Amino acid sequence: MARGSFFSILGPSGCGKTTLLRMIAGFTSPDAGDILIGGRSMHGVAPNRRPVNMVFQHLALFPMMDVGENVAYGLTQRGMARDEISRRVGQMLERVGLSGAQAKRVDQLSGGQKQRVAIARSLVLEPTLLLLDEPLGALDLKLREHMKIELKQLQAAFGTTFVYITHDQSEALVLSDHVAVMNRGAFEQVGSPQALYYEPKTPFVAGFVGANNRFAGRATAVDGGRVTLASDAGLVLHARASDRIAVGDAVEAFVRPEVASLARDEAELPADLPRYRGQVASLLFDGASSAVLLREAVSQSEIRIALPQTGRFADLRVGESVAFGFDPQRAVCFAARA
Amino acid sequence: MTPDARAPALQARLLLLLLLAPALLWLLGLIVLPHVELALLSLRSRVAPRVYEFSLRQFGTFFGEPLYWHTFVRTAVMSIVATAFTLLLAFPIAWTVAKLARGRKRALLFMLCMIPFWVSETVRTLGWTILLRESGVLPALLVWAGLAPAPPELLYHDATILVGLVYTSLLFMVVPLIGALDSLDDSLIEAAYNLGGSGPSILRRIVIPHAAPGIVAGCIVVFMLTLGNYLTPTLLGGKNSLWFTEQIYTQFITRFNWEQGAAFGFLLLILSTLIVWLGLKLSGQRFGDVMRQA
Repeated sequence: MARGSFFSILGPSGCGKTTLLRMIAGFTSPDAGDILIGGRSMHGVAPNRRPVNMVFQHLALFPMMDVGENVAYGLTQRGMARDEISRRVGQMLERVGLSGAQAKRVDQLSGGQKQRVAIARSLVLEPTLLLLDEPLGALDLKLREHMKIELKQLQAAFGTTFVYITHDQSEALVLSDHVAVMNRGAFEQVGSPQALYYEPKTPFVAGFVGANNRFAGRATAVDGGRVTLASDAGLVLHARASDRIAVGDAVEAFVRPEVASLARDEAELPADLPRYRGQVASLLFDGASSAVLLREAVSQSEIRIALPQTGRFADLRVGESVAFGFDPQRAVCFAARA
Repeated sequence: MTPDARAPALQARLLLLLLLAPALLWLLGLIVLPHVELALLSLRSRVAPRVYEFSLRQFGTFFGEPLYWHTFVRTAVMSIVATAFTLLLAFPIAWTVAKLARGRKRALLFMLCMIPFWVSETVRTLGWTILLRESGVLPALLVWAGLAPAPPELLYHDATILVGLVYTSLLFMVVPLIGALDSLDDSLIEAAYNLGGSGPSILRRIVIPHAAPGIVAGCIVVFMLTLGNYLTPTLLGGKNSLWFTEQIYTQFITRFNWEQGAAFGFLLLILSTLIVWLGLKLSGQRFGDVMRQA
């Protein structure tokens, strides 16, 4: 991973993210292989000797110390002179927007302030790598949104390499320069958030990153990069092939909710696209990311389609019949994994 | 407020009083009353058969006779030393049970600490005498290994008394320590380690401050048990033990001098109160926090 970048590891719970992070920090040692930090092997290097600091899931601020002592802890351990420590602690607290909070007790801080103290406590040591173990997990939604932005700004300001692990894809996508999607202990795909979203390399990534409609079925025709498939429920659709696919193969196709367009009248849809009809099963209102759940007329398969933000479909009712279609180039198809 | 509305509150208060009654009776009957009696006893002296008057003579005797206050100071110092050794020994045990052992192993380790306490203290202490006396197991072993020319007498030393006291008190230190260490979040230790902390510094700055109420609680319990112990110093120390409780026993039972015995009893109570208070002050702990851990 590149120096000074914000790197996220995204995966469902239990996929091995935390284990990986603990290996980098040195709390767990790998059964095989090695970890290199700045080109140096970390084999046999104790956690307190690594150029790596960690922000823990529940922050793990020391309740027996005040804010200043918390931030100073690492420097004190290095045997730095007292006034140099207090100067650096003051500077660091100022940079995270908590100047003058040295004498506060940890339990007097709000969730966001604790977060900043935890980061300050690590960054004051100027680590090569800062590891963050789902530090936003314990916060409520509003604060989480706010801290996301703050984390990104802090990372940009300090230029330290951040390794951030999370199961929340929106955190990973918003914050990172690069994201590794992890599943069952292995990286499925490493790339920019855009690449993961628009060009997933595996069915797992397609299903895990962002909302997606998944259709499992068999390929009925293959034309260059374009596959025609019949889903198990009987829906026939076209998609771009991501793998090498032959006729008769078991496949999985993914269509993003915002790729499909919706129309009350079939004629409004572009004429060169395959068209379908469906009945509104339910409306999922969520402000800017509202969607509608349709039941396709022939196969009865469910498909989720994003509502355009123009408000054109604001009066859509459950039970109404509508038309929809999507560009096969923007749907992706994989050979199903056994 | 109408009488109807007040009735449940009154009922609740009565119920609370009823629930507390056994404890209050216990306190009053077994602690407060005897102590009032002891206080009265200690402050009178016999001038003629069945005629008593107020006097501080008993306390005067205590300070006038070096044997008495030497024994007193010796008991206090030995108790403090025994408490310190118990803490040093109990800490690694509690750490292993609370932090390193998991599941069945943890229960098993805790059981191992408990099992000796199923045996009465007398039997346990006699066990030590069997091991340590001149014709006992350990001296024989030393001779056999060529470390001593003749079986040494290992009983009746101060060190023997300390060993016995530490052994007897261990469980009472281990239990509050396990409680205190158990509540320490492992991630705090990892965080300190991650920030460059070394083992000793983490112990000093994270573990001990967190466990302080438990440590002090254990120390208070062990100190009080040790100071008031009669059996262990007597059996393991013999005539040399010079334990203050023996003086009290002698006054009450052998000399039949209840007035003197009562005065000694009071002095011991004052001593233990004073040292516990001093311990709390020095460690900066509040009594309430400590008692919650105990």
